[in-house]
Amino acid sequence: MKKIFSRIGLLVALVVMVVSLGACSSSASKKNVLRDDQQSKTITWGVKADTKLFGLMDVKDNQIKGFEIDLAKAMTKQILGKNGKARFIQVTSQTRMPLLRNGNIDAIMATMTITPERAKQVDFSRSYFDAGQAILVKNGSPIKNVRDLNKKGAVVLGVVGSNSVQNIKKFAPKARVLQLSDYSQALTALKSGQGDALTTDNGILYGMSIENPGYSVVGGTFTNEPYGIAVDKGQVGMRNAMNSALTKVENSGEYNKLLYKWFHKVKGFDLKGAER
Amino acid sequence: MISIFQNYGGELLYGLGQTLLCSIIALFFALIIGSGFAILEVVPNKFFRIIARIYIEVFRNIPLLVITMFFYVVIPMYIVEISGFVSGTIGLTLYSSAFIAETVRSGIQSVDPGQMEGARSTGLSFWQSMRYIVLPQAFRYVIPPLGNQFINLVKNSSVLAFVAGFDLMYQGNVIASDSLQSMSTYLCVGVLYLILTLPLSYYMRYLEKRLA
Repeated sequence: MKKIFSRIGLLVALVVMVVSLGACSSSASKKNVLRDDQQSKTITWGVKADTKLFGLMDVKDNQIKGFEIDLAKAMTKQILGKNGKARFIQVTSQTRMPLLRNGNIDAIMATMTITPERAKQVDFSRSYFDAGQAILVKNGSPIKNVRDLNKKGAVVLGVVGSNSVQNIKKFAPKARVLQLSDYSQALTALKSGQGDALTTDNGILYGMSIENPGYSVVGGTFTNEPYGIAVDKGQVGMRNAMNSALTKVENSGEYNKLLYKWFHKVKGFDLKGAER
Repeated sequence: MISIFQNYGGELLYGLGQTLLCSIIALFFALIIGSGFAILEVVPNKFFRIIARIYIEVFRNIPLLVITMFFYVVIPMYIVEISGFVSGTIGLTLYSSAFIAETVRSGIQSVDPGQMEGARSTGLSFWQSMRYIVLPQAFRYVIPPLGNQFINLVKNSSVLAFVAGFDLMYQGNVIASDSLQSMSTYLCVGVLYLILTLPLSYYMRYLEKRLA
């Protein structure tokens, strides 16, 4: 009997802890992020550190580098002035939402597609990069676009749980879809001939094609996946500041310069079409 | 949990079938290969003993996932195209056969050496005394640990999920990410694995009672 009581006690303690943690995070989101950042002269960005071209950790000097990083720096200067500092915290697709809601980061710029479901939990800025789903194939493959995959015997590789796997079932219903656990494994499977094509956002595929010259992105995009900057729900001031900073960066031509810097070497990337 | 069965019953049953198929194939071949290497380990010829030793140590001491990834990635690149299901089954067979070989060898060695000597002195050859005198006794000793190996084999077949082998675990991952109900999905998957392994363990217990 005594044992049961002590177990119930432990359970109650756990529940109290979880509830109080939840309470903490909701109270943290009440502050005005824009005003706090203007006082501290620092914006804390949540960025990817494992995505080639967008945000990748350089092991030589321990700095994250990529298009999103440079864009975030430029926007920080627009919002806070010349002395404004951008601090980067690396996030993954799983950790970015909780970190934002807890106030560990002020904004997310981490290849995050604007979707209606996500917009219920966070506020999105305008899109800063128009990604879309595409396919990666071996050079010289008979498959030129997603329609070529819509036949019996075609095998498409994807990552378990991603939107792209659901989409490919709509665009190529006859193809067989193999879902692997992450992108590097899906790429390995493509290389060893386990599938005809790999599908996900074109941004990620371009990064793969740079590291593996024998493979290229073909057929352009067949869905729209606009990447947006996310701020915590209700931080209207911060979101408006983001939008106007993005507009200024675009109008000054800095956006196009950054786009050229990161994407001009990528085969099959429509640089002119992406310029703003 | 019931809603998962209602919405994804077909996928789960297909996964169960693939797991069962892979397990049966792997169990059959692992038992044959394992027993073969167990016998090689106790033959008088030193060369065969060394070969068996190398085989067992290699496949017993490399993680199952690594063996399977080797067959999934390297073999199709250079030799012949094999699917995830086939590479997973081959990996599982080799891995389990090493453990079964060790189990059977311990059984052979626990048979009193006098049995072999007696058989030889009546004029039977080494292979005849192995086949008719030693092995029947050895297998009786090792039924309980073999049962363990068989149950492990069924559970280890979840390695197929990593190479898109459409087994129970793979379907579980897909359904969990599709329905966003991880907890009830994996509960269903666990129940289905129990349905596979419980009869197996009861059958082994029955065998143990009847034979030993």
